[in-house]
Amino acid sequence: MAVTLDQTIAQKQHTFLSRLFSNQTFWVVIAVILACLFLSFATDSFATSKNLFNITRNVTFVAIVALGMTFVIITGGIDLSVGSVLCLCSMVLAVTMHAGYSIEIGILAAIVTALAIGAFNGVLIAYVGFPPFVVTLGMLSVARSLAMVASNNTVVFQFGPDHQKLLALGGGAWLFGIANPVLYMIILALITGFILRWTKFGRHIFAIGGNEHAATLTGVPVKQIKVAVYMISALSAGLAGIIQTGWLGAVTTNLGTGMELQVIAATVIGGANLAGGVGTALGAIVGAALIEVIRNSLGLLGINAFWQGTFIGGAIILAVLFDRIRNFRRSD
Amino acid sequence: MSVLELANISKHFGAIQAVNDVSFSLEAGEVVGLMGDNGAGKSTLVKMIAGNFRPSHGTIHLEGKELVMHKPADARQHGIEIVHQDLALCNNLTAAANVYLGRELRRGIGPFRILDYAAMYRRAGQLFAELKSETRPRDLVKQMSGGQRQAVAIARTMLSQAKIVLMDEPTAAISVRQVAEVLNLIRHLRDQGIAVVLISHRMPDVFDVADRVIVMRRGRKVADKKIASSSPEEVTGLITGAIEQVA
Repeated sequence: MAVTLDQTIAQKQHTFLSRLFSNQTFWVVIAVILACLFLSFATDSFATSKNLFNITRNVTFVAIVALGMTFVIITGGIDLSVGSVLCLCSMVLAVTMHAGYSIEIGILAAIVTALAIGAFNGVLIAYVGFPPFVVTLGMLSVARSLAMVASNNTVVFQFGPDHQKLLALGGGAWLFGIANPVLYMIILALITGFILRWTKFGRHIFAIGGNEHAATLTGVPVKQIKVAVYMISALSAGLAGIIQTGWLGAVTTNLGTGMELQVIAATVIGGANLAGGVGTALGAIVGAALIEVIRNSLGLLGINAFWQGTFIGGAIILAVLFDRIRNFRRSD
Repeated sequence: MSVLELANISKHFGAIQAVNDVSFSLEAGEVVGLMGDNGAGKSTLVKMIAGNFRPSHGTIHLEGKELVMHKPADARQHGIEIVHQDLALCNNLTAAANVYLGRELRRGIGPFRILDYAAMYRRAGQLFAELKSETRPRDLVKQMSGGQRQAVAIARTMLSQAKIVLMDEPTAAISVRQVAEVLNLIRHLRDQGIAVVLISHRMPDVFDVADRVIVMRRGRKVADKKIASSSPEEVTGLITGAIEQVA
């Protein structure tokens, strides 16, 4: 039977399953589930509600920042300043509330700080043509230092009249006993997923990561979008900082130190490509989850904590290796 | 009435005279080959038509109305589309997404509008069918052949009611079979009444598909002839300067 042109054009080449199996995020989910199953049998302490609560909580802060980082990485950029921005926003919130202002004003100040830093990064990168690595590396240093200036390098643990509200915001469990940070993470992940899949803005982010020159030629507002993604990244760090402040009940100037690497690792393990053009919200979350499960399991299995870095680094390299192998097969 | 009319167009960059007093017109449904050596001013001329540069002197008329363009989007709005030499495609996106890049279809109310995937797949599929190209709207451009990639870039020009399509070296770096495919795509554009300007170095392609050939040398138009009354030898002579100028 002859196949007409229309049939060829209408044909879908990929079934649901073939797409699933070629998806890195799917395999990371499987890895997380297998690791959890293994640990539930191998240890008595993994599948306890206390430990699971611990894991989910630890995942959330990295995951929320990773959601913002996903936008940046899809455009082919990178944001190294997120750990410091998280700390600075926490500190702005803490200092503002400590000075007697309400929680609303504190959160507003923190968010404005985050957006201002993101806009600064974005403008230098998009309009002045700085490499993202350099600008955000500089900001990593600047933001941490500003946090020290703001607090005079002290620990802030009294948050003025709205002290209790802040602790409830970060430490409460308003819905079905799920810790609030987890709720925020789920909401932010849904928003991120929606933006990436269903909006023009999301589509343009992928286009910039795929071929920036082509995006410019076809009339995509590349510069504005680049500024926006760095603002989103900083905003996600700021939100994580606000939530973490409420959760911890105290802010020190070393909060979020080295977090940028965990965040980038989570994004990459979840399937985002540092060369740009690829990334998902779900990937950021499961990437963060895998890192946390590895860390947690090492502790429970009684393996020396010094090995943590080796295992997490190994996971990053392994994740990228799978991606390479798939590409080799495709190019054959 | 001609679709496009260029009158005494010149462009200089500082002391360099890139295009010097060029006039020509373009009829609907006509394919014009624009030939010339590197640096002859072909690209500069086309970039003025596409709105990338403003002419230093001279006027451009589109369907009798004078056209002043400040940016490529202006040209697009007036129905002048360009297929870039590198095609300007994003490998990580589907064919349909590339066709609609920068003018995505959306559905919904007011600010709450989401991408209309179904409509974009459907319309892109129709365009590929019109072009008689076996290109699937849902496939990633990454996996496509050179001919299919050309089809995606050309389908883009058909989204709006294009009057003129400018093609910059569409057959420069593809296989023989794909060249035939691209020339067919050009004929399909022509059959729909679109005027096509084909910039090319490849003599056989121009003589195969074009109705008319314009030759440029050092910024000047040195020939503007019907293909039927010219020959590859003559055009080669005009490009190199062995033949000074023909009427």
